[in-house]
Amino acid sequence: MSETFYNEIINEHNLNPYHKHSLEDANFSLEGVNPSCGDDIILNLKVDENGIITDGAYEGDGCAISQASADIMLDLVIGRSKEEALRLADIFMRMIKEGISDEEKEELEEAGILESVSHMPARVKCAVLGWRTLTEMFGEE
Amino acid sequence: MTTADQRIREQFPLINTNSAIYLDNAATTQKPQCVLDAVNDYYVNHNANPMRGLYDLSMEATAAYEDARSAVCELIGAERPEEIVFTRNASESLNLIAYSYGLHNIKADDEIIVSVAEHHSNFLPWKNVADHTGAKVVYWDCEPDGSFDLNTLHGLINEHTRLIAITQVSNVLGRVNDIRAVSDMAHNAGAIIVCDGSQSVPHMKTDVKELDVDFFVFSGHKMYAPMGIGVLYGRYKLLDKMPPFLYGGEMIESVTKERVTYAEVPHKFEAGTVNAGGAVGLAAAIGFVKDLGYPLIEQREKELTKHTFDAMKEMKYISIIGAERAEDHMGIIAFKVEGVHPHDVTAIFSDEGICVRAGHHCAQPLHKHIGIMSSTRVSFGVYNTFEEADRFLEVLAGIRGRMGIH
Ligand SMILES: Cc1ncc(COP(=O)(O)O)c(C=O)c1O
Repeated sequence: MSETFYNEIINEHNLNPYHKHSLEDANFSLEGVNPSCGDDIILNLKVDENGIITDGAYEGDGCAISQASADIMLDLVIGRSKEEALRLADIFMRMIKEGISDEEKEELEEAGILESVSHMPARVKCAVLGWRTLTEMFGEE
Repeated sequence: MTTADQRIREQFPLINTNSAIYLDNAATTQKPQCVLDAVNDYYVNHNANPMRGLYDLSMEATAAYEDARSAVCELIGAERPEEIVFTRNASESLNLIAYSYGLHNIKADDEIIVSVAEHHSNFLPWKNVADHTGAKVVYWDCEPDGSFDLNTLHGLINEHTRLIAITQVSNVLGRVNDIRAVSDMAHNAGAIIVCDGSQSVPHMKTDVKELDVDFFVFSGHKMYAPMGIGVLYGRYKLLDKMPPFLYGGEMIESVTKERVTYAEVPHKFEAGTVNAGGAVGLAAAIGFVKDLGYPLIEQREKELTKHTFDAMKEMKYISIIGAERAEDHMGIIAFKVEGVHPHDVTAIFSDEGICVRAGHHCAQPLHKHIGIMSSTRVSFGVYNTFEEADRFLEVLAGIRGRMGIH
């Protein structure tokens, strides 16, 4: 019965998040919330004049999946362009909602381990919170 | 498992056939066979539109529906069956009171006192009344142990107080509030009391006359009845003066283009075709509760709560919300696991086939008052066993380890 989802990678990102801190000179900032769960993150990014995400961080409170997923996302998108980040976020969302090809999954690197969330409808919102916030942040421009 | 356990459990098909350990009884309970049979029998043998036809079947349906009303009347000690209005659930009952009584009796500058522990269903309707009328909602905060201090209430009541809304048992704290004392204070101030019995009626004997409440509500589905049938009790003299809540069929005496005369209480509040099957199911659930008897139900649930509570107290990283004593938790224990978000706690329980609830349990003001966002809640029903409680405790003890906290 117990297919435990909480593997070492998720636990590590949840307990010792690398990107969970404030970011003073961020030029992009947006709060994302899941009202029904109480997950709440503030995503802060620093984007340079060439549209490259040079640094990023998040703050907030939520379940391990929402927190670890945001941390893993930042690992992936820092150093990439906004367009790249949006494209990866789209792949991530599709992975959770409908499924993706192996090649696409490879592009997600560590974030690929969150694929099993697609079998847990109650947790989908948690897993996509960071990615949704990133998409909204750039989409609003 | 004792033979008493078995005798109760075998009456619940889902409990028998499903391997899950169901510990979310404050959300809804499973249904015994007698309730399912009663609903089935109603539709197989007696179904017609109640109140409308003059033929035998319709009269049978009407009788079944009205018998259910009498069963509720007797269960909660109302003076007469007309004081019982059938609704869909506790939330609808509370909205009915707010729309029909509240909007017509509460005025600008009046005050509505609402306990901080209320389910959103006994808070939002009052906030809505306040927003519409210019009245004010005043919170009655609880103490750190989840109790309500009557002296605090005394300080909140003044000449503007019109209504006090309070639950008999909170769905998070599980503590039984002294409703009679609140009723007395409300009445002395010329106010009325609306009491939410959603978490009390399934577990303990309630008597609206002894409590001296003006309105009392509960949902059938939390006391072994089907979903979609709920109860509003109101003092006859209040109900009689209240305007209808919903308009439509079966709630009028006569309608002409110029003039409408509304039906008598309670039909005035039951517009449209009623949920007769649900009412019959509720009557069967009342029969089930009465056959077991409240003393037995209370004893079983208290023992289970105490067993679980005392073991949880011994666990270093568990903090329980509300009272320090098991006796003050009516089958409900909400808690936090240090370092682990309630959603993750609940997900791990779910992995192990244990159903518990995470979140704010529709009681956000209470969680805010306590200073937390959410919690995990375990809640017992009459069919739960010590084995199930022990399995819950075993999984609970391993949660931090599974989250990588050592
Ligand atoms: C104390 C309390 N009041 C009201 C409700 C609302 O019940 P329902 O959803 O059946 O209307 C609940 C249950 O969720 C409850 O626990």
